[in-house]
Amino acid sequence: MQSSDDRARGAGDGPERSAENRRDHGAPSREVRHEDPWYDPSALGWDEPYGAGSLAPTVPPARGEPDAAAARAREVYVEVQRSAAFQEVRGRYRRFVVPGVAVFLSWYVAYVIAATTAPGLMARPVVGAVNVAMLAGLGQFLTTFLLTWAYTRHARLRRDRAALELRWDTQELTRETRGGAR
Amino acid sequence: MTGDHQTLALLLFSGFVAVTLGITTWVSRRRRGSAEEFYTGGRLFSPMENGFAITGDYISAASFLGVTGLIALYGYDGLLYVVGFLVAWLVVLFLVAELVRNCGRFTLADVVAARMSERPVRIAAGTSSVVVSVLYLVAQMVGAGSLVALLLGRTSGAAQAWTVIGVGALMVIYVSLGGMRATTWIQIVKAVLLLGGTIALTVLLLLRFHGDVDQLLVTAARRSGHGDAFLAPGLKYGGSWTARLDFISLGLALVLGTAGLPHILSRFYTVPTARAARRSAVWAIGLIGGFYLLTIVLGFGAAAVVGPGALRASNAAGNTAMPLLALDLGGGAGSTGGTVLFAVVAAVAFATILAVVAGITLASSASVAHDLYACLRRSRGGQKGGVRGEVAAARIAAVGIGVVAIALGLLARDLNVAYLVGVAFAVAASANLPVLMYSLFWRGFTTRGAVWAVYGGLVPALGLVLLSPVVSGCRGSLFPGVDFQYFPLQNPGIVSIPLGFLAGWLGTVTSDETPDEAKYAETEVRSLTGAGAA
Repeated sequence: MQSSDDRARGAGDGPERSAENRRDHGAPSREVRHEDPWYDPSALGWDEPYGAGSLAPTVPPARGEPDAAAARAREVYVEVQRSAAFQEVRGRYRRFVVPGVAVFLSWYVAYVIAATTAPGLMARPVVGAVNVAMLAGLGQFLTTFLLTWAYTRHARLRRDRAALELRWDTQELTRETRGGAR
Repeated sequence: MTGDHQTLALLLFSGFVAVTLGITTWVSRRRRGSAEEFYTGGRLFSPMENGFAITGDYISAASFLGVTGLIALYGYDGLLYVVGFLVAWLVVLFLVAELVRNCGRFTLADVVAARMSERPVRIAAGTSSVVVSVLYLVAQMVGAGSLVALLLGRTSGAAQAWTVIGVGALMVIYVSLGGMRATTWIQIVKAVLLLGGTIALTVLLLLRFHGDVDQLLVTAARRSGHGDAFLAPGLKYGGSWTARLDFISLGLALVLGTAGLPHILSRFYTVPTARAARRSAVWAIGLIGGFYLLTIVLGFGAAAVVGPGALRASNAAGNTAMPLLALDLGGGAGSTGGTVLFAVVAAVAFATILAVVAGITLASSASVAHDLYACLRRSRGGQKGGVRGEVAAARIAAVGIGVVAIALGLLARDLNVAYLVGVAFAVAASANLPVLMYSLFWRGFTTRGAVWAVYGGLVPALGLVLLSPVVSGCRGSLFPGVDFQYFPLQNPGIVSIPLGFLAGWLGTVTSDETPDEAKYAETEVRSLTGAGAA
């Protein structure tokens, strides 16, 4: 298994290059402290599982071992899921994707139904040889390209950075709870 | 079609095979034999490379030859197909690409099984992935067989059979030796050839009409014999209400099926991050959309330049529209330009089939080895063999799937290629999409729901095909002698897709299993942030 080798370009992916794969228990973990007070683990109570040093096992647990460390790692995901930062990322994703999917799916279904049930309307000429059907078909291409552009722009500007920070925090926390922080 | 075309086409195609075999040996020389390497090529492709590879993976001969032919013969109704193939990518981009990249490792089942009791879910999702892949594979094999007849003039059954066997053998060599890395490069080479050929033909066509697209459309409509009706929907799908409903069903299957095709999903595992997965989807949308726009122009061009009479004389379904147009644009039969262009189009068509077939074989061998074989082995106790055993199993599975596809391809030789593709999309949309959506977005989804969603889509989709007029009950059926036709539509999508979603919901609400909040939290956090992604 490989460590996640992030080749994503752009700002904010610096620390990720050293992020270890969560499953990559055998590899030596590099200690890179994340010092963003906004995501301070202790402030959110995320440090509880490894609060007592004696709890941290000296040997990383083998894969598939349903032990206490794995259970604590599960709790990390619940904590992250409940955190305001994650709720914000998820909200932004859903607020864009749900209306987006509703719009293009209904526009496509309307197009197919109109083409099969109302050929008369679709055959109405507009300019030269171009009729309503041609315009609607090209419109489908156009909206597909436009929505693609809008989606990537939204993701890049509104989601990527926050998601990357959350990823980093989550991986730090899981590694620590699994005893990787030696 | 003279011997010149055929010799040159065979030469060019041999060149493509030689280059791709070279890529395969060069790639496999450096392999380390890990599962990561075999299934995903080490996840180190750039978004642009992956975008081209997706294009090469997605555009099959059915769209390269079939859709141009449909447009050339039926005008606007061929265009409806193309729109479905493209809009489907918005579903992939919005709901699937990034999330699947973040949650899974090699297959669709990885995403679903992470939340559930692993074994039954993995077996269900693995089975449906293999079924979809084999259906799609058979469509491509049948296409390859008939292509030889069309392009090389070898109409004998033996020549078709040997083509199917040859294509099958080549794809097994590519996949089992080169894994994902070789497959990807073959797809990239093919995509470049395909786009280059299409652009060249379009430029020649537009030069012929002095850049006047309106004139092209008017000429096409006039020569088609249908007049203005050629430029409006209704010529092919406008008949009875059954035919119309059938097309709506196909449209739904096309738009929802792409996001459930295993070989498309597995392409997103070949890039390092979700962001790269998104960008490769964007590349793919640009390239595929551009290609289809050119296809539309070329289809109407074939109607205007070649004319439907000559098209039908060569192949009743219009599958030779593209090569015949190339022949005419190059200067007509007998000219050097015409010969070269015809040969190029024929060779690109073969390359198209090989690249698509290799991608599907790889994805289905991953499902067999990583989902089915790994589960069954684990149940017999014993982790012996480990990852290396799994890769060996995948290589063997590629051979096995190759053999199955060759056999079915020979059996189904007379079925319509576009129909088979439509069914594969419908099965993917019914069996794979519901379980994927529920796992990613529904907090309360349970193991029973997942298993029901898969089988509740898979079984009706396949069952309705069995009961459809394609299999029995009318002239042109697979078994025209018997009549067990109870379902009027050819494409099952409009019934089986809702059934898949319904079964998943029903299975969930009737199960007494409490959904695992923590595992859903893990799926949700990982899917949106990429934490712990492989």
